[in-house]
Amino acid sequence: MANEKEVILSVKDLEVTFGSGKKTFTAVQDVNFDVYKGETFSLVGESGSGKTTIGRAIMRINPATKGEIYFKNKKISGKISKDLDKWVVRNIQMVFQDPAASLNERATVDYIVSEGIYNFHLYENEEDRQRKVVKAITEVGLLEEHLTRYPHEFSGGQRQRIGIARAMIMDPTLLIADEPISALDVSIRAQVLNLLKKFQKEKDLTIVFIAHDLSVVRFISDRIAVIHKGRIVELAETEELFKNSLHPYTKSLLSAVPMPDPQIEKNKQLIVYDPSQHDYSVDKPSFQEIKPGHFIWANEKEMEEYRKKIR
Amino acid sequence: MSERDVILSAKDVEVQFQVRGRILTAIRGISLDIYEGETIAIVGESGSGKSVFTKTFTGMLETNGQISNGSVIFEGKDLTKLKKDQDWEGIRGAKISTVFQDPMTSLNPVRTIGYQIAEVIIKHQKKSKDEAKKLAIKLMEEVGISDAANRYDEYPFQYSGGMRQRIVIAIALACHPKILICDEPTTALDVTIQAQILKLIKDLQKEYGYTTVYITHDLGVVANVADRVAVMYAGQIVEIGKAEEVFYTPKHPYTWALLSSLPQLGIKGEDLYAITGTPPSLYDKVVGDAFAPRNPYAMQIDFEEEPPMFKVSDTHYAKTWLLDPRAPKAEPPKAIQNLHKRLLSITDERGDYRG
Repeated sequence: MANEKEVILSVKDLEVTFGSGKKTFTAVQDVNFDVYKGETFSLVGESGSGKTTIGRAIMRINPATKGEIYFKNKKISGKISKDLDKWVVRNIQMVFQDPAASLNERATVDYIVSEGIYNFHLYENEEDRQRKVVKAITEVGLLEEHLTRYPHEFSGGQRQRIGIARAMIMDPTLLIADEPISALDVSIRAQVLNLLKKFQKEKDLTIVFIAHDLSVVRFISDRIAVIHKGRIVELAETEELFKNSLHPYTKSLLSAVPMPDPQIEKNKQLIVYDPSQHDYSVDKPSFQEIKPGHFIWANEKEMEEYRKKIR
Repeated sequence: MSERDVILSAKDVEVQFQVRGRILTAIRGISLDIYEGETIAIVGESGSGKSVFTKTFTGMLETNGQISNGSVIFEGKDLTKLKKDQDWEGIRGAKISTVFQDPMTSLNPVRTIGYQIAEVIIKHQKKSKDEAKKLAIKLMEEVGISDAANRYDEYPFQYSGGMRQRIVIAIALACHPKILICDEPTTALDVTIQAQILKLIKDLQKEYGYTTVYITHDLGVVANVADRVAVMYAGQIVEIGKAEEVFYTPKHPYTWALLSSLPQLGIKGEDLYAITGTPPSLYDKVVGDAFAPRNPYAMQIDFEEEPPMFKVSDTHYAKTWLLDPRAPKAEPPKAIQNLHKRLLSITDERGDYRG
């Protein structure tokens, strides 16, 4: 990363709620983060933590109840013009978890991959469209002959490649990858991760990576935000987070990551997170920077303790 | 390993499926002794046959499948000879139980939790309803359900994923099984819950004394639970040994590939090792070593003749021609050569990781 970091996406005080009245459920609250151009920023949390909701709020699938989202310094949350909406869809693309469910099973790969450029008329003529589709499909390691086939004819890993081709043909600035490898076999995971990394290097793509598996996240991310119950509890650069985790929830998550090593695994101590250890009745918590680039959700008393511990 | 009692012995097991008039050989000759009280993990990609193989222990093969060769001996009986459901009574669910992957689909959504546990006790242990209820509540407490008596009459949808899996374990343990088969028991769960469930199965093993057979694709889980590891590829066991042997001194190129593709071992900024190609089609006869087409270490003979199991130590065997004395020396990939040292250095950085 260059010294002069360009903020490409900025999320400020985001809150997303579902339902209304008494049944209101707050899925995400007090979420603040910036994503820099060309980096991989990961949102990590357990199921139900709200990580996917944040991704979907950026994509404008779930509207933000409070707060703002800026993409390239333009506000993209709340009511926006049609043109701006189109611009968002064109520049932010998404890759989903389940490659079987996210591809139209009645459409050929050719159509699935071209749908985006059809909608936006991003081609000059039929010849140009075909050229673009072939380029997109070969870039993800599939063959031109695959274009006439249907999704069910492919393995899980290949289907995820189609999903990536469909997103990358739009030449997006930002890619939101929501658990893109969770449904895949171990040996296939590596291929898909390498592919995402390749696009990042070649096209200066920015990736927001949503995952529950910290071991994968460590390998791929520049910075990580840990989410618990709809809040970011800790945010830091990857190595800083692994070496200097402060929040007890991050610690418990780290202790649960399985390591492929029998001796380490058999000696490991699980850290169980108990949310009642925080006393927020008087001293209210907020999202604070404890050292440059390292943020934590804590109140003043906890901050003091964390400052003593930090290395 | 000292001489230990074999609790279940599989010999040359071959399983075939009839699929649209064609024959698929899912298991291609597996011999495996499982020792009493141990935890053995069977690892492999989807489609490698790990689930199919253990289904022969409980007679739960799909109707288009059959054991076409070999034997599975348990308590002096050949399980492959049992055909009817009555024959399986007293074994399946009683002496050999299974914990399945998805706790939502393995519980009955319209029956209460309590009923589903008590049902097993009434059926297999011939207890009265009241006794069964008492035992069921005790089991619920043992698997870590707080306030068990009050939650006895609740339905599966009122339980979280982790708690449902605890109930599935309670049902599996209701008859004090000799063997507990855990088929990807934590794949559908969050990491923190996964760690708790693995610990629960381990803790209860001390009390109930069952033998555990894990089926999983997650090498982290394997490292956590297993005494011994069997690596499966294309319907065969290609490497087997103590967990330390398989993780620290693996011999089969497929095991090397599996380990090196783990993101935990990846080096930032470099590509992860990725296995190219796909497993062979098991509709066709596999010639030579099934892994050969994807194996960067493959030699001419790998494409011609199937390798035998070579002995590495008394407990460690691998099915690769690389172990033949005539084979050239092959070094495992760099990423896994110092696996223990490298992972230790990662975990040491976080001082809180090790106990």
